Amino acid sequence: MLAEQVLALIIFISMFVLIVLDKIERHYVTLGCGALTLIGVFGIIMRSPKAIMSTLNIRSIFTTSFWYQSGAAEEAVTGINWSTIIFIAGMMIMVEVMADAGFFRWLCMLLAKAVHYRTRALFITFMIMSFCLAMFIDSITVILFLAAVSIELAKLLKFNPVPMILSEIFCANLGGSATMCGDPPNIIIGTSLNFSFSTFITHTGLIAAISMVFIVVYFLIAYRKELASSPDIDKLAASMPSPSEAITNKKDFALSCIIFFCAVVMLVTHALTGLTVALIGLVIAIFSLIVSGKKALHMLKSIDYKTLLFFVGLFIVVGGLEQTGILEIIAAFIGRVSKGNLKLMVAIIIGISAFASALIDNIPFAATMVPVIKSLAATQGVDLSVLAWALSMGTDVGGSATPIGASANVVGTSVAAKNGYMIGWGKYCRTAIPATILVVLISMVCIFVRYC
Amino acid sequence: MGEQLIISISREFGSGGHEIATKLADRLGLAFYDRSMLDEIAKGMNADAAELHKYDEKPTNRLLSRRVGNHTNSYEEIIAQFQFDYIRKKAENGESFVVVGRCSETVLKDYNCLISVFVTGDKEQKVQRVMERYGISEPDAYSKMRRHDRSRKQYHNRYSDFKWGDARYYDMCINSSPLGVNKTVNVLENYVKERTRE
Repeated sequence: MLAEQVLALIIFISMFVLIVLDKIERHYVTLGCGALTLIGVFGIIMRSPKAIMSTLNIRSIFTTSFWYQSGAAEEAVTGINWSTIIFIAGMMIMVEVMADAGFFRWLCMLLAKAVHYRTRALFITFMIMSFCLAMFIDSITVILFLAAVSIELAKLLKFNPVPMILSEIFCANLGGSATMCGDPPNIIIGTSLNFSFSTFITHTGLIAAISMVFIVVYFLIAYRKELASSPDIDKLAASMPSPSEAITNKKDFALSCIIFFCAVVMLVTHALTGLTVALIGLVIAIFSLIVSGKKALHMLKSIDYKTLLFFVGLFIVVGGLEQTGILEIIAAFIGRVSKGNLKLMVAIIIGISAFASALIDNIPFAATMVPVIKSLAATQGVDLSVLAWALSMGTDVGGSATPIGASANVVGTSVAAKNGYMIGWGKYCRTAIPATILVVLISMVCIFVRYC
Repeated sequence: MGEQLIISISREFGSGGHEIATKLADRLGLAFYDRSMLDEIAKGMNADAAELHKYDEKPTNRLLSRRVGNHTNSYEEIIAQFQFDYIRKKAENGESFVVVGRCSETVLKDYNCLISVFVTGDKEQKVQRVMERYGISEPDAYSKMRRHDRSRKQYHNRYSDFKWGDARYYDMCINSSPLGVNKTVNVLENYVKERTRE
């Protein structure tokens, strides 16, 4: 192994350990490790300004294809994935404006009213709502609102909210796997490999939809004893607040709904229109800020800069592994183990991704694995998109297995705990691990049947 | 020092710190807060108190929990914040009280009326006390004591700028073994009276 490979690997492992230890905020960790990669690996050992420039990838922002792609997709992205960062920032602003206008609470209350507040119906409705919202909005926001409303409804309607929160978390992660913009791993996979929204939804979207049917049935069986409505349900339902009370400002509410609708249309049609996700993110952000008027500065400040900086540092560290050839070694190893057998490759990628994502943050894992599958596809002559679907399903669904696997799990269990509902590892994993295994198996079968 | 009086008692396991704090609160006629504050917190949120007690004064398990923005699923940390908010609110309301542990000397450090005490003890006496209290053998008592002290230290150091038991950061550090519980309470009572007379 070369000196630069050893150092890049040490930096990468140290970054993971420091993220897990949580002593230093994770964006400082990735930025610090990113700086070490740039200076130590590329600067001092490799003496390669080209590697630095290629990893920083700033030049790409000033190309037309970064914002608009008229023809076929160009070569895959390496280094800092600015499209991911700009798109996530745009979505953050849009979601903030929607939340401020009361959209999410209104939607939850409206659907709860539509099913007459019956526990079992609420349970199914909220699972489906979680799945659908997470297809377009980040799962953290979806769970933040759904969990809070579930607890509020549970207190008013006298039922246990824990099964509802756990199933919502699972469905949010599953919904995120359905589209290119649903979960950060998918955004990274999609923008790095130049996939379109429609490509994603017709592949992982279909697998996620099939899995969703099984998951709804699974959770209904798993929690069958806890879903009985209170005997006084009719009396309690009569005293529920009206959904319209959730709307804080009717004008902002209407405008934020229009922006959300436009964002969905732009995403669904971006392969036809040629608009890139970076441009869509920017447009959404600009219109959301215009709508928020005087609150624009506040909305801009409410962007989670720490997460964006975390991504910047992460992409540099992964770029270090990529430029030094470490990821090619991993890809070659997977290639050797699978002996060029696509089915075995898919099984290895889904299995490893699901297992790793259950225990560590799935975002750095996905960012690391994208160059690996690129190299694997190039060296083994297999279809890159098949490996990408395996990686997407593995990372997105695997993260559901434990309370620390994905951000939505952390937020959901945290909101529950702050309201006095402690969901320990045992309680969480009892239903989440079988559900994860079920979806991983369904995904594997779907990929085998359709592509192998 | 004004009329409000807050006494924070930190303690090593087996030092009798909890008993000293209870007696001191009795003598001074002050409210007393310890782990039972979780019962009130649980009642306020209609939650199961036993579930909350599981995570009382425990250090965060970094491998089994994660943080996303302002959200964490470390229940130890969430329970700690519940307790910090609880004692902060009591202090803000102008209440006088004695509080045991819960990093209270750090949480309430901005209050001039705070008197912080750390109670330590000789190893043999602490082990003896633990053996009597829990009806266990000497080796078991020793390992229990070590386990609890390690846990308290980690818990404290997670939320505080200074190390647990570092004499420089408490108003008074006292070894309860030479004098025993009652006389240690006398010493503390006199100290508090001198301080409040200032």
